[in-house]
Amino acid sequence: MMKVEVVSPERVLFSGSATQVITRTESGGEIAFLPGHTSFLGVLTENHTRIFLEDGKVQDVAVHGGFVEAAGDHVTILSSNAELAGDIDVARARAAKERAETAMRGEHDAVVEADLRRAQARLSATGALGND
Amino acid sequence: MAGGQERILRSRIRSVQATKKITRAMELIAASRIVKAQQRVQAAVPYSEMITNVVRDLAAGGSSTESAFLKPREVVKTSCYVAIAADRGLCGGYNAGVLRATEGEVKADVLAGKQYAVVPVGRKSENYFKFRGYALRDGFAGFSDAPKYENAKAIGQYVVSLFLSGEVDRVELVYTRFVSAGTQEVVRRPLIPLEREAIEGGDGKPEGGGSAYEFEPSAEDIFGSLLPQYVEARIYAALLNAAASEHAFRQRAMKSATDNAEELIKSLSRTMNRARQDSITTEIMEIVGGAEALSGADDMVNA
Repeated sequence: MMKVEVVSPERVLFSGSATQVITRTESGGEIAFLPGHTSFLGVLTENHTRIFLEDGKVQDVAVHGGFVEAAGDHVTILSSNAELAGDIDVARARAAKERAETAMRGEHDAVVEADLRRAQARLSATGALGND
Repeated sequence: MAGGQERILRSRIRSVQATKKITRAMELIAASRIVKAQQRVQAAVPYSEMITNVVRDLAAGGSSTESAFLKPREVVKTSCYVAIAADRGLCGGYNAGVLRATEGEVKADVLAGKQYAVVPVGRKSENYFKFRGYALRDGFAGFSDAPKYENAKAIGQYVVSLFLSGEVDRVELVYTRFVSAGTQEVVRRPLIPLEREAIEGGDGKPEGGGSAYEFEPSAEDIFGSLLPQYVEARIYAALLNAAASEHAFRQRAMKSATDNAEELIKSLSRTMNRARQDSITTEIMEIVGGAEALSGADDMVNA
C-alpha cells in the first residue's frame, strides 16, 4: 500500500492510497510504481496516468506534463495541468484531436504535436480512444 | 429662497443615498470574495511546498551549481520589477502601495546609474507607469481579482526569457502579501536568480530515508525544466495573495465610504430640517404680521 497524490497548482486533484501507479516519463517509456519502489524523480510527458486503488478500481488521470517523485511509500505527481477522467469534456477533446491531426498533415511543429498528445491523453483517460 | 435651499438639500441627500447603496453592495461583494480568494491561496500551498521540496532535494544532489537560475550575476546592470496591482480602482491604498514601492526602487536604480525594466501586472499598474513615462516591458492584465495558473505561466515564461537572454540580470516581485483579513503588507521578493535559502535545507535523500534518487532524465535536465515551473508557482502564489489583498482593501475602502455616506446623510438631513423649520417660522411670522397689519387697518377705519 502506498500513498499517492496528484497535485496541481490550483488544487490537490487526488489523494489516497493505492497499490500501483502507472505513468509515462518524457523519454517515452511507461513506468509503474509499486510499494517499495526505489526513490525516483522523473519528468513526465502528456500521458494517461492510472492509479490502481485498494478496492480494485482504477482512477484515470490525464496528466499534461509535470514531475513524478517516488520516495518511501509515497508517490507524488506534480503537474501544472492535470485532469481527472471525470472532469474531461470528451467531445472537446475529440474535436481538439481532429484539429491537431489536420494540422499535422500540413506541417509538424512541437506545439501541434503537444496538442495532439494532450488530446490523446484526455481521450485515453476517459476510455474514449478507440485503439488504446 | 428658503424653500429653494430645502429642495437642493433634498436632492443631495437622495444622491448620497444612491451612492451609499452602491458602496454597500461593493463592500458585501468584496467581503464574500475575500473568503474565496483565501481558499485559493490555501489550495495553492501543497503544490508550491512540494515543488520547493523537489528543488531542494535536487539542489542538494549537487546538480545545482551550474544552473543559470541559481547563480547571481556578478554585475547587475538591469533589474526587472514585476509590479502586481489591480485592474480596477476603488480599493483604497492598495494600488498606490505597490506602485510607490516599485517606483522607489526604479528611481533608486536610475540614481545609481543602472537600468531598470518594469513588467506591469494589472491595468492600474500599466497606466501608472505609462502615464509617468517609464519604460515598460510587456504588461499582463485582466485577471487581477481571480488569477489562473495560466496567467502566472505567461508571466513566468516572459520573465524567464528576459533573464535567460541577458536583458535583465535579476527579477523581483512586488506585490501585497495577504497576512490575514485585517493585515496585508507590500513586499518585495527576489524571484530570479533563486535565493540560496530557498533551495538549501534538502539533503538529497528522500523523506523517510532510503537511497538517493534515481533520475530520469538526468538530474541536470530535470533541474532545467523544474526551475521555470518553480518560478511560475512562486508567481502564482504572489498573484493569489495580491487578489486576496485587493478584495480585503476594497472591502475596507467601501465600508468607510458607506460610513461616510451615512454621516453625510445625517448632517444633510439636519441642515435640511433646520432650513424647513426656518422657512415655516418665517411664513408664520409673515402671516401673523399680515393679519396684525390688516386688523390694525380695520381699527383705523372703524374709529
